[in-house]
Amino acid sequence: MKYVDEFRDRDLAATLAKAIRKEADPARHYYLMEFCGGHTHAIFRYGVQDLMPDNVTFVHGPGCPVCVLPVRRLDDAVELAERHNVILCTYGDMMRVPGTKQRSLIRAKADGADVRMIYSTADALKIARDNPDREVVFFAIGFETTTPPTAVAIRQAEAEGLSNFSVFCNHVLTPAAIGHVLGSPDPRDLEKVRIDGFLGPSHVSAVIGSKPYEAGAELYRKPVVIAGFEPLDVMQSVLMLIRQINEGRYEVENQYTRVVTREGNRKAQDLVASVLELRREFEWRGLGSVPDSGLKIRERYAAFDAEKKFEVSAKVSREVKSCECPAILRGAKKPTDCKLFGTVCTPESPMGSCMVSSEGACAAYWSYGRFRTPAKAEEAVA
Amino acid sequence: MNKMDETVSFRTGSVDMTHGGGGRAMAELIRDLFHRHLSNPILDQGHDAALFGVPAGRLVLSTDGHVISPLFFPGGDIGSLAVHGTMNDVAMAGARPLYLTAGFILEEGFPLADLERIVMSMARAADEAGVPIVTGDTKVVEKGKGDGVFITTTGLGVVPDGVHIAAEKARPGQAILLSGSIGDHGVAILSSRENLEFETVIRSDSAALHTLVADMIHEVPGISVLRDPTRGGLAATLNEIARAAGTGMLLDEAAIPVKPDVAAACELLGLDPLYVANEGKLICLCEAADAERLLAVMRRHPHGADAALIGEVVEDDNALVRMRTGFGGQRVVDWLAGEQLPRIC
Repeated sequence: MKYVDEFRDRDLAATLAKAIRKEADPARHYYLMEFCGGHTHAIFRYGVQDLMPDNVTFVHGPGCPVCVLPVRRLDDAVELAERHNVILCTYGDMMRVPGTKQRSLIRAKADGADVRMIYSTADALKIARDNPDREVVFFAIGFETTTPPTAVAIRQAEAEGLSNFSVFCNHVLTPAAIGHVLGSPDPRDLEKVRIDGFLGPSHVSAVIGSKPYEAGAELYRKPVVIAGFEPLDVMQSVLMLIRQINEGRYEVENQYTRVVTREGNRKAQDLVASVLELRREFEWRGLGSVPDSGLKIRERYAAFDAEKKFEVSAKVSREVKSCECPAILRGAKKPTDCKLFGTVCTPESPMGSCMVSSEGACAAYWSYGRFRTPAKAEEAVA
Repeated sequence: MNKMDETVSFRTGSVDMTHGGGGRAMAELIRDLFHRHLSNPILDQGHDAALFGVPAGRLVLSTDGHVISPLFFPGGDIGSLAVHGTMNDVAMAGARPLYLTAGFILEEGFPLADLERIVMSMARAADEAGVPIVTGDTKVVEKGKGDGVFITTTGLGVVPDGVHIAAEKARPGQAILLSGSIGDHGVAILSSRENLEFETVIRSDSAALHTLVADMIHEVPGISVLRDPTRGGLAATLNEIARAAGTGMLLDEAAIPVKPDVAAACELLGLDPLYVANEGKLICLCEAADAERLLAVMRRHPHGADAALIGEVVEDDNALVRMRTGFGGQRVVDWLAGEQLPRIC
């Protein structure tokens, strides 16, 4: 595949691996948080960890949009589909995430709710057009990367007068979450979470640029490298991070220069800002309530806001007890530290969101990495 | 011309409840559609059951229900798929397929023109394979209770003496061969679903593999395992074999053939070709010493032209399928929990 295989080249990987080994100081350990689930996925899928020296550890961050959505919001979506008889359109990853009492959208669908898996917001608009007598709700989740299509869909719906279309908005923001991980650590995690630097998600920065990380990097004195998602991107970014750490720098560097600029995509930013605005706070699974970390639909577009159009919630939402997703999302624990991992919680019957999405740390560990710790997994089964 | 001689209108008509009612409409449909296109001496006996003699040896019997959306896709349709799918299940036991049966569940309102197209496609596929459809059944369900048409086919075959193929026979040290590129069928189906509108020329690989199997068995009668990696793709099939035999597998990613357009489509959709369905490929496990000879035979056959040695069976108490990635690392190639779901961003 042209323009893709070049970034998965085995020989270049070996060269970079050598450079990383040379740069890494054997007297210390490097804990690098890959914020984004896309990076977690790439690290496991290509076996990047195998090419790292022993003193470089990846700490998996909370950047999996499915994983950080609190159960309450998912319960609301299930309720929308079940009680309000809407056509609920969702991205595929979200289908199997268990809500309260293991109720997922895929279960709701099996019981007769009209839940449809879509690939883009354009599909949701088309469904609204094709079903003028039904209410169609798009279950919007994701980081900055997925906000422009949501904004476009709402503007398009208004332009077309699609009054049966609305959006259940759950978009969240990356810099706020990184700041929260560093600035307001959970007291339970003190001494447990060690992060020396961040691999920043490049698709997010394609929209927002690299600039929004600068204040945080300076404040917390942690280097950030905006990293592409191909395995060579990840390795080069690791090298850049280790250099910064060795030299005592804490800058925001951009590895993904083929797409990302410091300012980002202004047009997309303006578009998003015209339709969506900051929520004062938004609840994250694992992180709790994080100020200025989520987006909601502006009053001007209230007619397309599912939260205003339908009455949802009021139930009690509950996560599975002893599920360690929250601590895993904060980087405080590894999936193998959870006693549910590989025993009652597997991709076939996930107890927590981290086991569902292929970007979730638990699913990635289970699918790609569990042979590294087979003894532990067996111990848990016994 | 009396009423019975009028033919069913395939241009404008559609299936209705009378076509399953056991009356004249049903008789006409069977005569003008199924018998007309699928004609062979055993079917033409016109009995409710097919009557035939069987050769000596061990028989294999396999049945498979076919539900697919869309019904027509690049490289095939539900008709050809229903023939190839069952024939391949029979062939993977090392058998020579002898006869097929077909059961149709039709949804009220389904266009007869589409049904005729499907039956003609089945006739063609069966004819090309030299395996007749010898008996069948038709039922009609009310509108909304089916998805156009469902087809269940059953295949009967005979296994040559001296051939013993079973997943449990996988042993460490054996070679893993693959008959060609993976992911073609699944991507062809996905690309023709209406909500994707993905313009591509990728065609399903749907094909009958029994002649390829016959050539392979002729060359190396001691083949241990044959499987066609359909639903769940190469990954699921290898995991099934590993679990059945209690061995591990080690694959070499760089050796697994994936067509560039299939790889590109998977990249775009966030899918892994290892998990995408195939309908015209097989996996073969054999002694390492036989691998080169078998590969040569496979490559001479049109359905094995791109055959490759993709890995080996290894010892592993956890029965894991692992893969050396093209990038230089290693990963586990696990079962999928359910369907492969595309990632969000």
